[in-house]
Amino acid sequence: MTAPSTRRLPEPRVAPSVAATTNSHLQITDVTKNFGSQAVLKGVNLSVAKGGTTAIVGPSGSGKTTLLRLIAGFEHPDTGTISLNGTTVAGDGAWLPAHKRQIGYVAQDGALFPHLTVGQNVAFGLNPAKLEGGRRAVAARVAELLEMVSLDAAMAKRRPHQLSGGQQQRVALARALAREPELMLLDEPFSALDAGLRVATRRAVAKVLAEAGVTTILVTHDQAEALSFADQVAVMRGGKLAQIGNPFVVYTRPADRATAEFLGDAVILDAWLEGSLATCSLGGIPVRRPPAQGRVQLMLRPEQIRIAEDGPIRGVVVDTDYFGPETTVRLKLNVPKEVAEHADHRYPGGGEVITIRHWNASIARPGMELCLRVVGEAVAFPMDE
Amino acid sequence: MTTDLSAPPRRSTTTAGRGTSPRPPFGVSAVSVLAVLIALFSLVPLGYVAYMTVATGWDTAVGLILRPRVGELLLNTLLLMAATIPLCLLLGVAGAWLVERTKLRGRRIWAVLLAAPLAVPAFVNSYAWVSAIPSLGGLGSGILISTLSYFPLVYIPAAATLSRLDPAIEQSAAALGLGAWRAFFRVVLPQLRIALTGGALLVGLHLLAEYGAFAMIRFDTFTTAIMTQYRSTFNGAAGNMLASVLVFFCLLLLMAEVRSRGTARYARIGSGVQGKALRLPLHAYQGPAQLFLLALTALAFGLPLFYVLKWILAGGADIWTASEFLPALLATFWYGLVGAGATIVVAFPMAYLAVRKPGWFSKSLELSNYVTSSMPGIVVALAFVTVSIRIVPGIYQTTGVLVAAYVLLFLPRALVNLRAGLAQAPKELDEAAQALGKPPLLAFIRVTLRLTAPAAAGGAALVFLAIANELTATLLLSPNGTKTLATEFWSKSSEIDYAGAAPYALLMILLSAPMTYLLFQQSKKVAGQ
Repeated sequence: MTAPSTRRLPEPRVAPSVAATTNSHLQITDVTKNFGSQAVLKGVNLSVAKGGTTAIVGPSGSGKTTLLRLIAGFEHPDTGTISLNGTTVAGDGAWLPAHKRQIGYVAQDGALFPHLTVGQNVAFGLNPAKLEGGRRAVAARVAELLEMVSLDAAMAKRRPHQLSGGQQQRVALARALAREPELMLLDEPFSALDAGLRVATRRAVAKVLAEAGVTTILVTHDQAEALSFADQVAVMRGGKLAQIGNPFVVYTRPADRATAEFLGDAVILDAWLEGSLATCSLGGIPVRRPPAQGRVQLMLRPEQIRIAEDGPIRGVVVDTDYFGPETTVRLKLNVPKEVAEHADHRYPGGGEVITIRHWNASIARPGMELCLRVVGEAVAFPMDE
Repeated sequence: MTTDLSAPPRRSTTTAGRGTSPRPPFGVSAVSVLAVLIALFSLVPLGYVAYMTVATGWDTAVGLILRPRVGELLLNTLLLMAATIPLCLLLGVAGAWLVERTKLRGRRIWAVLLAAPLAVPAFVNSYAWVSAIPSLGGLGSGILISTLSYFPLVYIPAAATLSRLDPAIEQSAAALGLGAWRAFFRVVLPQLRIALTGGALLVGLHLLAEYGAFAMIRFDTFTTAIMTQYRSTFNGAAGNMLASVLVFFCLLLLMAEVRSRGTARYARIGSGVQGKALRLPLHAYQGPAQLFLLALTALAFGLPLFYVLKWILAGGADIWTASEFLPALLATFWYGLVGAGATIVVAFPMAYLAVRKPGWFSKSLELSNYVTSSMPGIVVALAFVTVSIRIVPGIYQTTGVLVAAYVLLFLPRALVNLRAGLAQAPKELDEAAQALGKPPLLAFIRVTLRLTAPAAAGGAALVFLAIANELTATLLLSPNGTKTLATEFWSKSSEIDYAGAAPYALLMILLSAPMTYLLFQQSKKVAGQ
């Protein structure tokens, strides 16, 4: 449903996975899945290019994990097909079981085998008969894999429970990489880690996968993680993919209001759109590719609204939240001149409370009037949404 | 009847269902069919009682049930339960609280010693008390012996719950202005509700099912009366009707437990690491507390052990006749091994469904198992006697029937362990193995079976040792001429050959000691779930 909207927009930077479906590694077509009477996936289409990184992001219960499990081969789709490298592996009467798909899988908690050492875990998928040199070759390969994920080879003798959460995730990644899969599935692998470790682990994992040239699909509910990790972001909501595109596009030009609000803070205002100019409490703001005319909802990211001494818009600070590096400021907007002059119901607005961010806490105290300026374009959504 | 201390299955500790996997190692349907067959099989005793009641006919049944003898048994049973259950609760909670919540000296040793009486089978306890005071008999001694034998059934779950109880709850109570004593009654005791109702249920079921201990002191309950009837008329209507009443009581107890358990949530809310428990200083009460525990363990564990050893010393070398002793030991081992193996095999599909496919189906299987677990040994034995004589005469008094009865009686012990073991092997691990290129069956064997093996071994050990001490069903169902430690002990002590019975008693206690320790350890793990 969103493919046309992304296609007609000129892309600021075109990610390989968005650009072409000709070289697609994974192709998911019209896949549905029900658990009992509950429809979990309601027709999903997704194409992932070879070597690309795709993040499937959505709130919990949106069906993203189910989609990943279908790709891995842990579940059968009810309808639709899944193909890898052009070969159908599920649907249309075809079925390739999980252990034959050559897909790596890293679960949320790592799913390390508790009865095996780290080394035995990593070696689990290796076939000593096929490796030249037998056991010694296995040990060498394990050490190589552990090094690849920046773990000391001495760790091979430890048990999984002796490792920290981040180390367990790295071992799980090494274990999945052992079979040199072409496609790697990551099911919220960083969500159990604490904030600092999460970023570091995510970076390390992304680096390893990029160097190995493995096509990667990451499932996450964390939009920041999705935007920073992937070159293609697929937003999932209610069992469907609401939007697929590169991170910049889905963040700055979301397809609908729910997507906009899911991907980050959004300022939403009623506006009147004529041509490509929307008039609202923040004045006249250009809109690219207006979807409708007349009454619309206008979406801006808070960072597009700047505090500037010469800004044409005025608002009174309601309250603030201090976070250290930045301060969240809630402002009540004054009624703009245009709206005040045209006592016309066509121009909505005036008096809305919006939330913006600023680095300097001292310039925003409750009751102060601030001047604002809007940077860049807004996105308009039809009112009927 | 069961000594399953974590109490019958109630809160299924299931992993969040993320749907079903496409091709489980053996198709779901095969496991389900197997589990249904097992559940049907486990309902044989209940079906037998229901069938017999109907077949006897209304008038005959009413005549047999409404007679003075039944009234007498009823009064005996009710008085026994009314006195013993509260006493067990009192002793069990007091012991658990002293060990887990006070600065009791030597609390680590006391913690084990308070569970130790469980290693003495009730009928051995009875034998020791009769040795000490030959005139013992009637309700009073029934209460004394059963309280001393069964209070650990309350103590163990209560101690386990107390040790896992988040001290933050008590700290909150203190912050809200409650003193230590009021905090105990208003905050801690309600948290023990599940442990206490579960423990009370187990004590009640044991009281209803026990034969040897009460027969030895000539105290009549339904179970002893059914045994007497069986001995005189083999398979008469009167005995069957007594069994119906007994089963009715068991079901009543189950329902009472379900109702009093309540629906409130007792699990710890919130995440993070739990703090260390608060311990109250005993000060001047240290001495009385030590004396109390000393007296309790002396009476419940010291006395039986003392008299068994005394009889062994008195009997000298004469009582160790290898020709009697060895066959009984070997037979016990044989039945124990076969029974334990069969129980684990039968329990596995049930546990697998309960953990991996939670839903109404596995719930109803659990329910049937829950009901069966309350059936006294005598009823299970009678049911198998009847079925094997009337329907398949060839199998009467064969090892197979006896093992089948053992499986039914001790299935819950194996289930509790297997469920815990399977919960340690989430299906995600199976899937991880599959994603690493292992075919489903191999993945299942190398991951799930491997990870469940320790729990299965623990469950098998518990079943083995329970079989070693089983008396009632073994008396009725064992093949002619076969003797186990329990039956040999029983026949010797019935002939007042107390010295001759002593070696068997000692062996049973020695065999039970590790079982008690296992149960004790297991309870600490299960309590938190």
